[in-house]
Amino acid sequence: MTGTFTALPAFFLCGPKRGPVEQPFLQVQRTMARVFLGGLLALGWCGQSYAQSLMPDKAPVQNWSFNGPLGHFDLAAVQRGYGVFAGVCAACHSLKDVHFADMAQTGLTPDEVIALAASWKVPVAVGSERLRKGLPDDAFPNPYTTPEAARAANNGAVPPDLSRIGVLYPGGPDRIFALLTGYDTGPKQAGGQGAAPPGFANRYAIAHRTAMPPPLHQDAVVNADGTPATVEQEAKDVTTFLAWVSAPHADSKRRLGVGVALYLCFLAILLVILKRRIWSHVAK
Amino acid sequence: MSGTPLPPQHTVSALAPDTQPPAQGFLSHTLSLRLPRDLNMLWTVGAMLLVVLALMVASGLTLALSYTPDANLAFSTVEALERRAPSGWLLRSLHITGASFFMLALYLHVFRGLCYRSYAPPRRGLWLVGVMLLVMVMVTAFAGYVLPWGQMSYWGADVAGKAVGAIPLIGPLLESVFLGGDSPGTPTLHRMFVLHFTLAFSIVGAVILHVAVLHAKGSNSPSGIKGQAAAQSLPFHPYFTVKDLLGVVLMGMAFTAVMCFWPQLVTEPANYRPANPLHTPADIEPEWYFLPFYGMLQAVPSKFFGLLISGGAVVVLLCVPWLDNRQNSSPIWLRYGRVAGLALGMLVVSFIVAGLAGRHHVQGGWLWAGRLATFGYYAYFLGFLPWQARAARKGVSA
Repeated sequence: MTGTFTALPAFFLCGPKRGPVEQPFLQVQRTMARVFLGGLLALGWCGQSYAQSLMPDKAPVQNWSFNGPLGHFDLAAVQRGYGVFAGVCAACHSLKDVHFADMAQTGLTPDEVIALAASWKVPVAVGSERLRKGLPDDAFPNPYTTPEAARAANNGAVPPDLSRIGVLYPGGPDRIFALLTGYDTGPKQAGGQGAAPPGFANRYAIAHRTAMPPPLHQDAVVNADGTPATVEQEAKDVTTFLAWVSAPHADSKRRLGVGVALYLCFLAILLVILKRRIWSHVAK
Repeated sequence: MSGTPLPPQHTVSALAPDTQPPAQGFLSHTLSLRLPRDLNMLWTVGAMLLVVLALMVASGLTLALSYTPDANLAFSTVEALERRAPSGWLLRSLHITGASFFMLALYLHVFRGLCYRSYAPPRRGLWLVGVMLLVMVMVTAFAGYVLPWGQMSYWGADVAGKAVGAIPLIGPLLESVFLGGDSPGTPTLHRMFVLHFTLAFSIVGAVILHVAVLHAKGSNSPSGIKGQAAAQSLPFHPYFTVKDLLGVVLMGMAFTAVMCFWPQLVTEPANYRPANPLHTPADIEPEWYFLPFYGMLQAVPSKFFGLLISGGAVVVLLCVPWLDNRQNSSPIWLRYGRVAGLALGMLVVSFIVAGLAGRHHVQGGWLWAGRLATFGYYAYFLGFLPWQARAARKGVSA
């Protein structure tokens, strides 16, 4: 833990390294697949298998540090995950219910929080185009001024707010991780299904298509603690960050719970003894 | 009147002498109250309810300090409270977990009353106050669920508004009074906030009344009239204070486990999404404690009759002392052991199946399960209770 905290001052300074996000579709194979699909439709059994193929795959269960009633957040991963969010996700996604000051709970000092906030630009007023440096009391800024702007910039899809995504997303952190790493980038994916639906092939998304371009790339961020930034590592860290942001007090709650449960167990034992003693002379 | 001796129940009652100050008199009366010695652990649920009520009032008052009943602000003030107010997360999880435990303990309390026929004379008034309390708590719980203004809050208010609107003649008027407009919005939040707040304190008042009636009429006993004899009784303190305390601590352990380790049992993720009037969620469902009534509501094809059946499921409890009009309170299974056991089992299973049906939106097989469960629920009250009362009367006269 201490190692993490000493490595911190530099971590929020890590900048985004944005790679190419879109893979060009392979037109020929898409056409071939369309022909193949048309053949299936003609055979008449496609309806069912097509509907089945639209169901998102079951995300493999991951061994998260925060799993289970006695789990706890790996704060080093949360901090690295913040780096991924700031460098990658924040280009399109908001985190409107979270303030920069909330990051203090990941183990940052007040000075580090001020520096973190200052690395962001926030509008001077709601809806304003003019920007100023962020302060700890500011919320994470929305990359788009209006939902229309978001829709226009993302092919008609509005990137969801991520404040509670860890509890809201069906499938939870396991599926977030699976979605981030589950892009089908092979030549097969180019097979446009029927009328070439927009988006990117991902078997963990609804209908196996998602509007989100593959967000993570090797070395998209530089981790201050020297952890190699592979796609898998980035996905793991940012998922831990998003799970933490969705329930930032889960650890405090669990710690409190252990103390209270121990206290109540002790009290219950004393009360059982006391009750037996008081009732000892009462004839049944 | 000066020459007339006081009626005997006044002379034996433990009312404080006039010389004592009222508070001390109340305390000494409470502590010396005689209770049947064979009360089992089910009788400690009342104490648990008192403690949870105190917790709900205390946490609710502090939560209200940072809440704004405005459609544009409610969700973000709750988020700010949970994320940033000092111990805000603790207050909110206490209040959320407390709501579920309140309803769970209430259902258990009512079930105990049904098992041991605590509604029989002379405790009909006590039962009536209790059922009124149940209704008040349910309304308070619903109003409270609307306040955070998440998706389920909004669409819950919408469904409830439409259900009220289905009442013939006065429905549309009631709906607009309830919503304060055509759809849920800031006026609805003001109404729900005031309702939630006012009812909370009305509940405290009704609980005082409930306990006062209990003290006046004495407690029922698991062994019926036999157990209520004076020779079988013990003073409240220390015998029942220690037992109630043990019950409360055991509940506290379950409470802690749910609140701290398994909070997902009592939280609805969809309510962390801000209310969006333009996006109807695929699954609109109430909190678990309303699911049985929601199931009954949906099991009936007509909106109005559904409302009637589901509201009637609570109202029928009010009529229980007259549906089962036997005089002596004794466990329901004392006379017709196996049949009564079966009937009680049917009641419990029906209640749970109605809840499951409500959860599955009463579609397909669940439609028939929901209908069967509704029938089973009513059969206990409208079939079994009057039947066994009549059979008992005939047995006595024969």
